[in-house]
Amino acid sequence: MRPTHYMLALATALGCAFAAPAFAQDTIKIGELNSYKAQPAFLEPYKRGMELALEEINGKGGVLGKKIELIVRDDGANPGEAVRVAEELVTREGVVMLTGTFLSNIGLAVTNFAGQKKVFFLASEPLTDKITWADGNKYTYRLRASTYMQTAMLMPAAIAANAKRWAIVYPNYEYGQSAAATFKDMLKKAQPGAEIVTEQAPPIGKIEAGAVAQAIDDAKPDAIFNVLFGADLTKFVREGNTRGVFKNRTVVSLLSGEPEYLDPLGEETPVGWIATGYPWDKIKTPDHVAFLTAYQKKFNDYPRLGSIVGYTTIKSIAAGLAAAKSTDTEKLVEAFKGLSVTGPFGTFTYRASDHQATMGAYVGKLALEKGKGTMIDVKYVDGASVLPSDADTKKLRPSAD
Amino acid sequence: MTLNAFLFQILNGLSAASGLFLIAAGLSLIFGVTRIVNLAHGSLYMLGTYIAYTFATKIGGVTGFWGGIVATALIVGVIGALIEIVLLRRIYRAPELFQLLATFALVLVINDAALWLWGPADLLGPRAPGFRGAIEILGRRLPSYDLFLIVIGPLVLLALHLTLSRTRFGRLIRAATQDREMVGALGVNQAVLFTSVFALGAALAGLGGALQIAREPANLATDLIALGDAFVVVVVGGMGSIPGAYLAAVIIAEVKALCVGIGVVDFGFVTINFSKFTLVAEFLVMAIVLIARPYGLLGKAQGAVRSIAEPEEPIRPATPLLKALGAVVLVLLVCLPLLAQSTYFGSPYLLVLGIDVLIAIIFAASLHFIMGPGGMHSFGHAAYFGLGAYGAALLVKWLALPFGAALVAAPLLALAGALLFGWFAVRLSGVYLAMLTLAFAQIVWAAVFQWEGFTGGSNGVIGVWPPPPFDKSWVYFLLTLVLAVAAVLLLRRVLFAPFGYAMRAGRDSALRAEAIGIDVKRVHWLGFAIAGLICGVAGGLFAFAKGSISPETIHINRSIDGLVMVLLGGVQTLTGPIVGASVFAVLQDTVMRQTEYWRALMGAIILVLVLAFPQGIVGAFAALWRKAGGRT
Repeated sequence: MRPTHYMLALATALGCAFAAPAFAQDTIKIGELNSYKAQPAFLEPYKRGMELALEEINGKGGVLGKKIELIVRDDGANPGEAVRVAEELVTREGVVMLTGTFLSNIGLAVTNFAGQKKVFFLASEPLTDKITWADGNKYTYRLRASTYMQTAMLMPAAIAANAKRWAIVYPNYEYGQSAAATFKDMLKKAQPGAEIVTEQAPPIGKIEAGAVAQAIDDAKPDAIFNVLFGADLTKFVREGNTRGVFKNRTVVSLLSGEPEYLDPLGEETPVGWIATGYPWDKIKTPDHVAFLTAYQKKFNDYPRLGSIVGYTTIKSIAAGLAAAKSTDTEKLVEAFKGLSVTGPFGTFTYRASDHQATMGAYVGKLALEKGKGTMIDVKYVDGASVLPSDADTKKLRPSAD
Repeated sequence: MTLNAFLFQILNGLSAASGLFLIAAGLSLIFGVTRIVNLAHGSLYMLGTYIAYTFATKIGGVTGFWGGIVATALIVGVIGALIEIVLLRRIYRAPELFQLLATFALVLVINDAALWLWGPADLLGPRAPGFRGAIEILGRRLPSYDLFLIVIGPLVLLALHLTLSRTRFGRLIRAATQDREMVGALGVNQAVLFTSVFALGAALAGLGGALQIAREPANLATDLIALGDAFVVVVVGGMGSIPGAYLAAVIIAEVKALCVGIGVVDFGFVTINFSKFTLVAEFLVMAIVLIARPYGLLGKAQGAVRSIAEPEEPIRPATPLLKALGAVVLVLLVCLPLLAQSTYFGSPYLLVLGIDVLIAIIFAASLHFIMGPGGMHSFGHAAYFGLGAYGAALLVKWLALPFGAALVAAPLLALAGALLFGWFAVRLSGVYLAMLTLAFAQIVWAAVFQWEGFTGGSNGVIGVWPPPPFDKSWVYFLLTLVLAVAAVLLLRRVLFAPFGYAMRAGRDSALRAEAIGIDVKRVHWLGFAIAGLICGVAGGLFAFAKGSISPETIHINRSIDGLVMVLLGGVQTLTGPIVGASVFAVLQDTVMRQTEYWRALMGAIILVLVLAFPQGIVGAFAALWRKAGGRT
């Protein structure tokens, strides 16, 4: 057998690796990695949000006298791959910080990488509490309201339902499990008499919707706590509607009001569910109206929640760089402590105690208007109001700082 | 659970079973006749959901929905025929399983095409006209569309059965399933037969997808989910058996529905939530069935396939030229840390990528060891990678084992897994062996995923970084290099030892090998174990290189990546897996960085490679070399 072709392959390999892009000295490079192929419904609008923010910031001359350059990578929806991409961004592209990630486990792997390699990481979307608490570290901050916060935002409505029998349905992985655990915990404290009559934990993306809806109905709950999202939610809602599972029952639901998950439901939208979400057409604050106008002008499309997260991530980074007056990692870590940022949802801060942003979310009732799903009776819940105190937080972060 | 609730869940299961059956029937037909493991079958199903959605919403009403379903089946059938004519027909003469590579590329291309055409959002179709509501049965409401599905499954089964048993076309299909060369020898036009079977199978996938739009949204994740389901059903039912596929679909759907129905049960000392077991249920069923009935419930022993590929050259020891080149490559690799530090073209990332490539090489070489010379096509090699990686990470986490000890212990755990699973697997052959290994790998994956307390569940284990001096990438690179070279040379050495000859003898003719006193099963079992052991080395190295390990890393995708690496390099050569792994790993790194539609680009590159090198990259060069009169 002829081995020269091996050399050829190797040469190609080396050639590709060597072909490092020319360094541009007049920009600040930010590395962004995300599961673009695995979660396109959320992340395509997210990318647009980032583009809009970048355009605004660079249009005004950038920060520290330099323009921000965003280097975007797909993380292959796989933590191992994500760590390699993160290393590539840091070592080859020379980015000054990392941001992004969607799935909880990838967020955690990159968080750990950031702590190990002393790289600043702003986790934009992953919801797991562990990123800021159990596995939090000095170098990692998180923008999006965590699972704990989102659940806590819904608790007043859940307690007001005064239901004795609860059913819980959640996708069986980190996000679903921790939402369910937090819910049970908070319910027990608020209403010790309430009982969980069934728990359905279908594998994510593979729900047997008919069987699950039926099993919940058979348990005869007074109220349902739902954590499903995406295609699982759509299937579950259609089956539940047809089978009358939601009739005369209070349903409290995480994330279901986000356009990414609400829009596909269309006429199937389960009216009356109390959910966290983003009613983009109902928010009239000046900050949001300005964002909405700019977004619609640029993309001729309405924003999804992903757009908000992408936009606010870049705004946060610009604010952090400006406050640090440097791209130095240690200075960035300091600058983000108590950093105040204004985004479409108003002004919020990055807490010094647990590195969690206090950006909140909207809570409201799902409704049907002109055949499309929307939210009514919406109310903004500030993230700061549902987070534990700084003192309690300390106990939750054993490994940080 | 009351009796009525139980009976009602059985109805739910039956309607799910019809859906499963429709996806699986087409795959079973295609495999039975053409012996192609069609990874793109799920993609055809997904296309069915999108196309039917378009009809149902753009035209709308009864015509749009029901007419759209029929039209969708026809359109997807045509797409299937085109795939067969344009692509697969060109590579029938390639080594066995090579077509898998082409269909893998199609999965990537079709997924990105759907993203481009229909956008990223999930698309939920309208309710079916005439079946919008629900019917009261056993005091519960069953959607009338579910009732329709319960009926349509057996109807399609009946139609297929009549076609297969009463028509000339059906007789040809059955004959070709048993012995396709003989059918060809009797004057039947195989090209037309293959194309029509592929079209029929694709049409069934399209129909299956189209019928689901009233129940689930068209979305980009359905292709792989449907593929996984279809494989399980086909294998449990018996490859090529249509009634078997229905029976298997019913069993699997019922087991899942009952798991959901049972829900949380408190046994006093432990509380178990059965709804979590739907993930692993189908693979447990598959493993049990394959162990008890190796050819599936209603399957028969696979008919002899006289390969139409070029006969395989016997392997020969390396020529001086090859040895010299190997030494040059090795020296270059040893110098890589220096190159990486140089300011001109260096970047520390070179080492990171180098580590990944070397790990891929160990992984692919160990898979090739059983796949090529062993003739055992493992579709679940990720299991041993995972056992190694998780073994190392968990030993560090729970027992605080030092780095070195964990790295040594990791392969031993993989060895134990390979010994256990291999003992069952070598009792089978061909595609059944492949599927049993897949089932075992999925069981390992599901166990890791579900056992949160021990394995960290979906988050996996994080924070397993190597201690100094191995935390420097150049040191870790050299360690990986040493282990990779050792692994490759060891596998090579084994192949040229009597054991290796015995393994190949068992592959080429089990009967004759037995006759001269070789215990084929035992030899293959040991071969399987060696491959698992070496693969475990790769897993352990991976965990420490990334500082973390999670279930995704050991999912079926990794098994498929391994197959792609081996086939890309050339399964009939010894350097094939090395080249294949290098090319694949570097390609993935480069392509993922280049473009928004990187999957389509990756698929397109693989398609080009498939058509240009039908025996793999090394295989093609070796053939050229031979033609030019050189010795290999």
